[in-house]
Amino acid sequence: MRANAAGVLTGEHYLDGDYACGEGAMAAGCRFVAGYPITPSTEVVERIAKRFPLMGGTFIQMEDELASMAAIIGASWTGTKSMTVTSGPGFSLMMENIGLAAMMETPCVVVNVQRGGPSTGLPTMVGQADMMQARWGSHGDYEIIALSPQSPQEAFDMTIDAFNLSELYRVPVMFMMDECVGHMTEKVVIPKPEDIEMVPRKLTDKPPAEFLPYVPDENLVPEFARAGDGYRFHTTGLTHDERGYPVMSVDCQRVSITRLVDKIRLNADKIVRFDEEQTDGADVVLVTYGITARVARRAIDLARRKGVKVGVIRLIVAWPFPEKRIRELAGKIKAFVVPEINYGQMVLEVERCAEGKASAILVPHMGGGVHNPMDIVNAIMEAAK
Amino acid sequence: MRGPIVKYWRKPLDLDRVNVPRGEVHIIVDRCKGCKFCVEYCPKDVLEMSDEFNIKGYHPPKVVKHGECVDCNLCEMVCPEFAIFSVAVTEVGAGGGAPAQGRASKEGTK
Amino acid sequence: MSKAVKQTAPPVAPPEPELPAEPQHPVTPYLRMDRIPHIWCPTCGIGTVVRCFVDALVQSKVDLDKTAICSGIGCTGRVAGYLKLDAFHSTHGRPIPFATGLKMARPELLVTVFSGDGDLVGIGGNHFIHAARRNMDILVVLVNNFIYGMTGGQNAPTTPLTAKSSTMPFGNYERPFNLPHLAESCGATYVARWTSLHVRRLTKSFREGIKRKGFRFIEVVAPCSTLYARLNKLGDGFNLMQFYHDTAVVMNGADTREAAIDFQQRIICGKFVDEERPTFIDMMHEHYEKVLGDRYVPTPPEGGMIQGLEDEPSRATEQPKKASKRKPSKGAAVKGGDDGAK
Repeated sequence: MRANAAGVLTGEHYLDGDYACGEGAMAAGCRFVAGYPITPSTEVVERIAKRFPLMGGTFIQMEDELASMAAIIGASWTGTKSMTVTSGPGFSLMMENIGLAAMMETPCVVVNVQRGGPSTGLPTMVGQADMMQARWGSHGDYEIIALSPQSPQEAFDMTIDAFNLSELYRVPVMFMMDECVGHMTEKVVIPKPEDIEMVPRKLTDKPPAEFLPYVPDENLVPEFARAGDGYRFHTTGLTHDERGYPVMSVDCQRVSITRLVDKIRLNADKIVRFDEEQTDGADVVLVTYGITARVARRAIDLARRKGVKVGVIRLIVAWPFPEKRIRELAGKIKAFVVPEINYGQMVLEVERCAEGKASAILVPHMGGGVHNPMDIVNAIMEAAK
Repeated sequence: MRGPIVKYWRKPLDLDRVNVPRGEVHIIVDRCKGCKFCVEYCPKDVLEMSDEFNIKGYHPPKVVKHGECVDCNLCEMVCPEFAIFSVAVTEVGAGGGAPAQGRASKEGTK
Repeated sequence: MSKAVKQTAPPVAPPEPELPAEPQHPVTPYLRMDRIPHIWCPTCGIGTVVRCFVDALVQSKVDLDKTAICSGIGCTGRVAGYLKLDAFHSTHGRPIPFATGLKMARPELLVTVFSGDGDLVGIGGNHFIHAARRNMDILVVLVNNFIYGMTGGQNAPTTPLTAKSSTMPFGNYERPFNLPHLAESCGATYVARWTSLHVRRLTKSFREGIKRKGFRFIEVVAPCSTLYARLNKLGDGFNLMQFYHDTAVVMNGADTREAAIDFQQRIICGKFVDEERPTFIDMMHEHYEKVLGDRYVPTPPEGGMIQGLEDEPSRATEQPKKASKRKPSKGAAVKGGDDGAK
């Protein structure tokens, strides 16, 4: 279904990643945003605050990130697409309610414009060290989807993807930008509404007397009922059954957790997305994401000029991780090289999936800036030996 | 037959015009947890705790003053278990009509 | 004082088992009867508060389809599970922002927060004061049993001085909140306190709260038998009810600064604040209309959800658009999954 015209600022623009993300949200049909200011993400909500009153959206600056996350879950239950925006410290605060969103199966988008951490860290400088937290941050077993854009244009496009994925799988989607992409200004082309695919909320057509809130369909995703439409459902963060009633039993826990996790795991093939380039016959494959993917381009060119056969896998959907492809490649190449602006996070996934058949070499950067391409080149040269 | 004999200290001037409501107490015995709120706060002292046990082992209340319930619903409001309520009994003419009864009922819940 | 409504309404729930033609408890159509009996202890006061609330909802004749309940964690937090309304049992301390999201995204809803003292003013304290400050249009019912009951009787922000709890086994030496004063000073426009014994006044207060707008706060002092009463050797909930009977005083309009509760001292009940002030949403609308005029598009009362192919015509936006005679950029026509959008 096409996007609602009111939110789409069709045309060519010169925007930074944060603004582009805000535009993407509005184009995707988001009409409720609650946030708390935190550098470097604040521009997203500032943009939204300026445009929402003109298109029927509501933006409210809440008193903290916990409230922001709780508010967007509440808003999502009225059927409204909702989003919150934060960075590392706020992401940590939101974790409990991200778990609530996962448990209640509430579609929503959480934008994390990553900065140097841990704790207060480097508020205005880039990091990519929240990637594992996006996957494992809240307690308990659950799965989420995370995306990683590398440019303001992708910040626009992939925000729409994020909303669509959250609607399809009824899961909170983590939009893992980084400060570099967030604060980088580039040309962003926003297409016409009819060229934007928007997945609407999958509402049930059953009458209230027959409706149960957590009966899964063939994709393990239940249908949705809006608060205020007369369904009078109950939903809870406690382990619950298909009626939404809390049930404290081993069986209910098993059924519930299995479905919450399998909802993503078994559908991973449909969700996983990455850019792949020259991996056939490669000796070394780079696995990159976010701003590092762009820095790595320089390194790849240099390495190729030196005769190394280098392939690239650029993660677009970071979680679920493209396990299958990494496993396949591991048997055919010498090594994976994983540059990231952290001290080793996604490299652990690569290593796990490689199962020892290829080494996974980390090119770390503790944060505050982007890699020196020569570091990546040197790692590639080492790996190719 | 007239209603139950009521003694007034001073007879209200409109006694023959005012219909004192009559109510019928229904007790959902198996929901009761024996808290005694209804017994304590019934303004007409219609209830007392019985010696029987309900299915959970509590003593539910029972109606001891038949015909005295005035359908004020206080027991119904104060009961935390939703286990007791009163229903109006329709009168036939002022001050007349069948006397009210209390009835303990088991409404199908554990 | 009006009676409970006779339940001639047909049950909305899965059909009840066949009963002989006996009258049902008036609360039956409004509770999830498949979950009754509830989990609260004998002589706990929460059931009473729920009964009064249901009565008030029915008497107020509000559209129950448009009424939503949010609860937090705790004994009172379980209320959402028993009411047959759109009910949300959120995380500890967060029902107020959850309710804020519900209300802001679908303004026609009547949103009530029903939770306990520890949940709303302990962990949820920050949200409480800000929602009151903003005059957010929600009704907050706080059942105050002076303790964290569900988790075994720990000290709460409302536990009176010298009272014992499991984390203050020698008695509380920490000053508690004076809740009506807290609510009033943060800007609540309706503040009342009752005990669960004051069933009729409480029901009336609920009715008033349901009808009013703005941040409405009703504190209900209720007995906690298994923890508060037991740990402080006060008997059980019945004894606490007797205590309320003997010592609670009704002082409508009293100064909330005097409304603090000391251990086993008098409890001042009443309606303390009843004002009409513009709510958060009122102020938002008014301000945007003034500043943006015709360009302002408010969120419609039925919510900002966008469904269906009939879209609104393009609205004027802040920036001029360039002619868009180009093919969509890479990745513009995006699909959520390769199986296609549903």
